[in-house]
Amino acid sequence: MASPKPAAPARTGFLSPAWLKSSGEGWTLLAMIALVCVVLVLISGQAQTNLTILQVAWQQNIQLLLDGLFIGAIFALAAYGLALVWGVMNVKNLCQGEYVIMGGYIAYYLYANDIHPFFGLPIAIVFMFGFGWAVYVLVIRRVIDRDLFTSLLATFGIAIVLQQGLNLIFGPEVQTARSGLPTATVTVGGGAFTFAWIKLTAFLMCGALALAVVIFMKRSRMGQAIRATAQDARAARVMGIDTDRVYAFTYSLNAAICGAAGVLIAMIWVIQPFYGITHSIRSFVIVTAAGFGNLPGVIMAGLGLGVAEQYSGFVLGADFQQATVVGLLLLVLIWRQIIENRHRRVVE
Amino acid sequence: MLKHCSPATAVAAAAIAAVIAAPASAKVEGDTIVLGSALSETGKYSTNGIHAKNGYNIAIDLINKTGGVKVGGKSYKLRVIYYDDESTPARGAQLAERLIRQDGVKYMLGPYSSGLTKAIAPVTEKYRIPMVEAEGASRSLFTKGYKYLFAVLSTSEQYLASAIQLAAEIADKAGKKRKDVKIAMAFENDPFSLDVRAGVIDDIKRLGMTVVIDDRLPRDLSDMTATLTKVRALKPDLLVVSGHSKGAATAARQIKELKIATPMIAMTHCESAKVVSKFGASVDGFLCPTQWAETLSYKGKYFGSAADFDKKFKATFSGYKTVPYQSAQAAAAVLVWKEAFERANSFDKEKVREAIASTEMTTFYGRIKFSKAGNNIAKPMVLRQIQDGNYVVVAPSKWASHKVQHPRKVQ
Repeated sequence: MASPKPAAPARTGFLSPAWLKSSGEGWTLLAMIALVCVVLVLISGQAQTNLTILQVAWQQNIQLLLDGLFIGAIFALAAYGLALVWGVMNVKNLCQGEYVIMGGYIAYYLYANDIHPFFGLPIAIVFMFGFGWAVYVLVIRRVIDRDLFTSLLATFGIAIVLQQGLNLIFGPEVQTARSGLPTATVTVGGGAFTFAWIKLTAFLMCGALALAVVIFMKRSRMGQAIRATAQDARAARVMGIDTDRVYAFTYSLNAAICGAAGVLIAMIWVIQPFYGITHSIRSFVIVTAAGFGNLPGVIMAGLGLGVAEQYSGFVLGADFQQATVVGLLLLVLIWRQIIENRHRRVVE
Repeated sequence: MLKHCSPATAVAAAAIAAVIAAPASAKVEGDTIVLGSALSETGKYSTNGIHAKNGYNIAIDLINKTGGVKVGGKSYKLRVIYYDDESTPARGAQLAERLIRQDGVKYMLGPYSSGLTKAIAPVTEKYRIPMVEAEGASRSLFTKGYKYLFAVLSTSEQYLASAIQLAAEIADKAGKKRKDVKIAMAFENDPFSLDVRAGVIDDIKRLGMTVVIDDRLPRDLSDMTATLTKVRALKPDLLVVSGHSKGAATAARQIKELKIATPMIAMTHCESAKVVSKFGASVDGFLCPTQWAETLSYKGKYFGSAADFDKKFKATFSGYKTVPYQSAQAAAAVLVWKEAFERANSFDKEKVREAIASTEMTTFYGRIKFSKAGNNIAKPMVLRQIQDGNYVVVAPSKWASHKVQHPRKVQ
């Protein structure tokens, strides 16, 4: 697209009236800056104190960083499942979080029956794969070719049914599946941070699962078929790929990945039938930020989100911990918009 | 198309007709006084909703078996029309309308939770229907000038105030200045917990202590490591947490995992979160407020002592290891209705309302006397401490059975 002529529109100064007039982006940016300023003024006193704490008791940085990375890995796992379904089938799966929680309840169920929740991992993967397949055959197959809202409504409906179903089976109490692994205390420079072995174990398991999925996608016939379908479903069909089967497999694979993430969540956090929505939101934020088909991006975004949540929880207060998730999404979207506008203008 | 739908339409029409045809004078049917209540039988409050229902039912059963309610020389039985509000406020308000307008209910029992009570109170107020509730503790319910709303339980701002008082007493004993007492607070961002917080803040100000952390936990937050990391860095003398049972479970789990060594920790909903059976010895020393406990020496005319109620309840409903206070206070609400009908000696709802307002009774659940605003001002919150896996009353000292362990042993 390189144009031999110099760019047509005269360069206008940043934030000058002409620049503001020329595009909506200027106003968006200004509004954004104003918003950030207002928030910072509102919270500055407390936030500064908290930053000072981080400087004095610097060991707590390690704590926040570790906790953020460990939990971020699990976010990334569930988000990768969403990226698959979104990218391959163009279904925005709103019951993502519910699948995570279902996996969690599998771990909890084993734990409640005196079986170590680690065994929940293979069981959840197999069970959720089957469950995903059933949901695909019953519902998703019928909405996949419809417009966006049909699939959104359908998956939202599934989410509600799953929440209430879990509530009927397990009750609304908060549950946790304890792994029994110890917590180590590490003392450095006069301060201490703790280190829960279960979190590290979950982190490693996450890594192993992600690796397995990557190899599967690269090497196996089905993985190749999935990638082909994602690139161009019609062409794939012409080449003899049974796309319906690919869709079913993709959707089930996503459910299985979510189930595995859920087992880990139940062991390091707590679960409740209605906690799915926050996991869904996190997945959407991560995928929106990273884009689908971009596994390193999803991993980085997942880890980054985990750390960002911990830090904002510490510095700005716990009430901003989840606001950070949506706040970051907003920033990513605005930034994308700006880049896109600029790109368009250059092309013009 | 029309032909296709006709059976369904017919059924719907029949259903609508049946609803419309329901008697509009159901307040007293023959020898039965009909009360109405929307309760959470499904949805996120279903556990506690069912506890409340069992409480209503056990009291109604007792009254019906022991002579009923005597009005105008005649004995009446009590009956309740229940609807399931699915734990959603909008549904609760709809059902209250339905109870009042279609079923003709003139006397209401409350729903479960402050949120549902907040949704239903405007409706009962509009139709001037008295409601005695037992499960909505939010103090904002009693600042709106409602005339027909009465609550037998202590309001939420009293929940953790006794813990602050206790921290002050401990500091005084140790010769520590009150302003050196550092307090960390983590409250969920919901009406109930913010009321609890308001009560805590009032007491902290009154006693001149220092707040070092004041975090608000979002509704769906299942992680509070950031807040607890701050606690570890700042080493407060007291950590207070309130966020329903999910907050208690999350806090208990992560306090253990992060090895938080705060000498005094107080939180609401320890019992309903089952922290002892879930987290074992690591929660020893936690302080938990409660509306009622079976070990208290309260005694009344209907169920006998608190312990008697406990025994009877366990014998009536299977599956209860401990009797939740939600059930006890629900039963107490029914007792208020019985006494009010008898004192009013009438079914006129205004007269009954006045009789409720002048209630002064002693029950197994504690004393009941309503302020002008409608909340019960005669019963204190009690503070229990988990000692060796058991909940024992440690404050206020009048009812205390054990001494408080301080500092708590960190496992």
